[in-house]
Amino acid sequence: MLTLLCPCCGVQADETELAPGGEAHLKRYGPGSTDDDFEGYLFMRENPRGVHFERWRHANGCGKWFLAARDTVTLEVYGTYSAQTTEPPEHIKEAITAKHPGWSWREFA
Amino acid sequence: MSEPVSPLMNARYEGLVTIEEIGPMGMITLRGDLAATDLRRAATAPTGVEMPQMREASTADGKGILWMSPDEVLVLCAYADVPGTVQSMTDALVGTHALVANVSDARAVFRLTGANVREVLAKLSPADLSPEGLPLGEVKRTRMAQVPAAFWLESEEEATVICFRSVADYVMGLLKTAAHPASAVGFF
Ligand SMILES: [Zn+2]
Repeated sequence: MLTLLCPCCGVQADETELAPGGEAHLKRYGPGSTDDDFEGYLFMRENPRGVHFERWRHANGCGKWFLAARDTVTLEVYGTYSAQTTEPPEHIKEAITAKHPGWSWREFA
Repeated sequence: MSEPVSPLMNARYEGLVTIEEIGPMGMITLRGDLAATDLRRAATAPTGVEMPQMREASTADGKGILWMSPDEVLVLCAYADVPGTVQSMTDALVGTHALVANVSDARAVFRLTGANVREVLAKLSPADLSPEGLPLGEVKRTRMAQVPAAFWLESEEEATVICFRSVADYVMGLLKTAAHPASAVGFF
């Protein structure tokens, strides 16, 4: 059973109360961008075995979006944090490093 | 004018708990900056209760304010008072970025009474229904089986459940099943 702490309302929400929103920290490339950047934004996704960053929405709850760092193998949750961030906060990175020294995910490490 | 009625015509069931479909109840959604003075005044003036803290149900004498999300509260009042309350809230919020919407007819409300209210709700929701997980007076927005619902406990023997009107019959069915006299678990 996967539960995530919603940082917007403080509820430890069950997976069935949440709506998954795919990968976190995507940078949007729109009109005027190169074909490669646009393709990457639309289609290219990480599919890691291990550390991953995701968007979730507290759908059967406060309704807000937030971000989560977790492990796709063990389901360990390293932390959840505000959706209004462009990169994982330092305390989240530290929590991951404690379990996975030398981890990396896209441009983050 | 035709009489307003609740979706299940105040259906009632007695089992592990007594389930009553109550209402019609006045429910007004208020969205905006919950810290803004104008908005807090708009919510507290017609209800006479304190502005709720995060996840809190602030209720008294059939009126109240429920914390729904970081930018939303639900104002409770008598059904007949809704038009006047919406008007006074709207007037109080002129110039403030906010939303006031009468959602009374979009919802159904149930009152559960009896010693097993935590157990009956726990059978239907993934939420933590222990006294630590859901203290008295805290609103829990969650799901009941397959539909969204919100509830709070006024006491260890009284809970109020709100769901969408379109699923009122489904939720009554869920509650009746969970409150079947032969289905006691005795977990709490
Ligand atoms: Zn939430």
